[in-house]
Amino acid sequence: MEPFVRHTGLVAALPRDDVDTDQIVPKQFLARVERTGFGPALFHDWRFRPDGTPNPEFELNRPTAQGASILVAGANFGCGSSREHAVWALREYGFRAILAPSFADIFSANCCQNGVVPALLAPEEIAELFRRCEAAGGDYRLTVDLEAERVEDGRGFSARFAIDRYRREMLLSGLDEIGRTLLLEERIAAYERARPHPV
Amino acid sequence: MTPRTLFDKVWDAHVVHELPEGPALLYVDLHLVHEVTSPQAFEGLRRAGRRVRRPDLTVATVDHNVPTGDRALPIADPVAARQLAALGANARHFGVELFDLASPEQGIVHVIGPELGLTQPGMVIVCGDSHTSTHGAFGALALGLGTSEVEHVLATQCLVWSKPRTMEARFTGTLAPGVTAKDLILAFIGRIGTAGATGHVIEYTGDAIRALSMEQRMTVCNMSIEAGARAGMIAPDDTTYDYLAERPRAPGGPEWTRSVARWRELRTDSGATFTTRFSLDASAVAPQVTWGTSPGMVADVTGRVPHPADFPTDGERRSVERALAYMALTPGTPLAGLPIDRVFLGSCTNARIEDLRAAARVVQGRRVAAGVRAMVVPGSQRVKAQAERERLDRVFREAGFEWRNSGCSMCLGMNPDVLKSGERCASTSNRNFEGRQGRGGRTHLMSPAMAAAAAIAGRIVDVREWQVRQDVEEVEDVEVVKRVEGGAP
Repeated sequence: MEPFVRHTGLVAALPRDDVDTDQIVPKQFLARVERTGFGPALFHDWRFRPDGTPNPEFELNRPTAQGASILVAGANFGCGSSREHAVWALREYGFRAILAPSFADIFSANCCQNGVVPALLAPEEIAELFRRCEAAGGDYRLTVDLEAERVEDGRGFSARFAIDRYRREMLLSGLDEIGRTLLLEERIAAYERARPHPV
Repeated sequence: MTPRTLFDKVWDAHVVHELPEGPALLYVDLHLVHEVTSPQAFEGLRRAGRRVRRPDLTVATVDHNVPTGDRALPIADPVAARQLAALGANARHFGVELFDLASPEQGIVHVIGPELGLTQPGMVIVCGDSHTSTHGAFGALALGLGTSEVEHVLATQCLVWSKPRTMEARFTGTLAPGVTAKDLILAFIGRIGTAGATGHVIEYTGDAIRALSMEQRMTVCNMSIEAGARAGMIAPDDTTYDYLAERPRAPGGPEWTRSVARWRELRTDSGATFTTRFSLDASAVAPQVTWGTSPGMVADVTGRVPHPADFPTDGERRSVERALAYMALTPGTPLAGLPIDRVFLGSCTNARIEDLRAAARVVQGRRVAAGVRAMVVPGSQRVKAQAERERLDRVFREAGFEWRNSGCSMCLGMNPDVLKSGERCASTSNRNFEGRQGRGGRTHLMSPAMAAAAAIAGRIVDVREWQVRQDVEEVEDVEVVKRVEGGAP
């Protein structure tokens, strides 16, 4: 996994609460057997009208959101289905970090498996980012510094974000979690031997 | 010894190792696998030259994208066929048992685990599916994973998990006639919100939970994820043991007695503490119907579509406005009386034998309303066979329902069973998200009895009213239907 230490990029705002993973990647794209190819499916039914043309109303289709790599979103982002395809789609589309007041548990874990930072900010900080992004009219950039656990815009906004300590380490080092657990094979085998009862 | 919760006991028994940064390496007793979230995990193993560490603790089935029509026909969708073939090949290559389309045990992964007796109290159970929380009904710690975590469990038989917070959801009192476990859990989600239990494992307690059958307990635990909780649990009791006894994969003989003795310890000690507590008077719960695009957007069937202005924050008002526009609903409209086009009786939430019986009791001797397309998709081929032994299939077919083979079907619409844009559906499934059942489709979640009544009436009705009238005028079905259609309660 590609390590994440610090990233500066253009911001896209999606001021909606409870964005579920069915919206992030609709089910018609889940039958793929690869981890790639999900970028075009991102927010498909919001991004594209039924006739396949881009929906100009959708936030990510605005000219100002083109090339964005940081997504600022509403509460409970990534709720619903456990599909990791949602994170693969966000990553392939270009997002490296998502800032929200809250994330669904499985989605948040999936982000960290794919080098995408789910950064928790206070609701009023997210509201402030929405305001600043809107006011900047298209060139709003943020730096997400995972080492310092801080988000800054270089124009006066600076906030510390929360992230689980283990997940932070994992992202910073680009950890191969399976490889690391396999180093504990002896402990796993010992646990199996010591189990008081068969499963 | 410090008093412990049910969750604490299962957690403590499965800690293989505490990682220095905080989380634990937790041992997994049962890993359930399906076709949609596993191919990339198996591919990852292959590329790294890794094996499945415990194929004997891993069981696979096909459910998400399988067609529910004639199984003798080839699968029309080549992408779905490729995914099904991939699971078959992976199961063979890695030595994992697979219940495929030809198997009489095939079914929705969260239906077959319990019915085969694979799901047992005190286990840690995982699956690449958020509704794995279902298995918590047996006092297991069961949670959904993403594909990378699935790969981790395949390779190591362990999961890395930071200890979650705990919530007690206590449901007191007795459910009123016509009110089910589905209504209870929907009412709960309506109160605490779809993120109300994020970061928590819920333990459901109280008289109302104790009174539930295993099928109903599974419905409750199934929707824990819709409240944000990765897992929901219910302490096992005699209801649990009666359900599990004699199941094909449950312990037998002297091992059964020993297992039950061990399982009896799986309850929260008095004095144990939860991070959060919530309580709800179950006797005050009415049949629930969702009106929006999130399971928390729910009201009593006697209620009305709310007004965005009723909600306290800007964010909620925006969400409600969007939801009402998508659902084509006007604030103030009574929920009872909303005309429907489709009915879906199915899903890991409500497609077990009891659910089909409850729906059949409502349907018996009646006809699906003109213009309504209704389907029953049993949760497993075993449920289907059981229902056919009880002749429930005839009740449904004679009423005009389609009687299908098992699978996830129109709960998520990965197979050909989807809503057309603009169609309104009474559904026993778990998610009313935009487009979940088909792009532009409008889903109203409710109990099996409520969905069955909606199919007959052609609109959303209060099943409590229906059952009273059924008792009074059992013979004059046509009259009953007309009256229910004509006057919303």
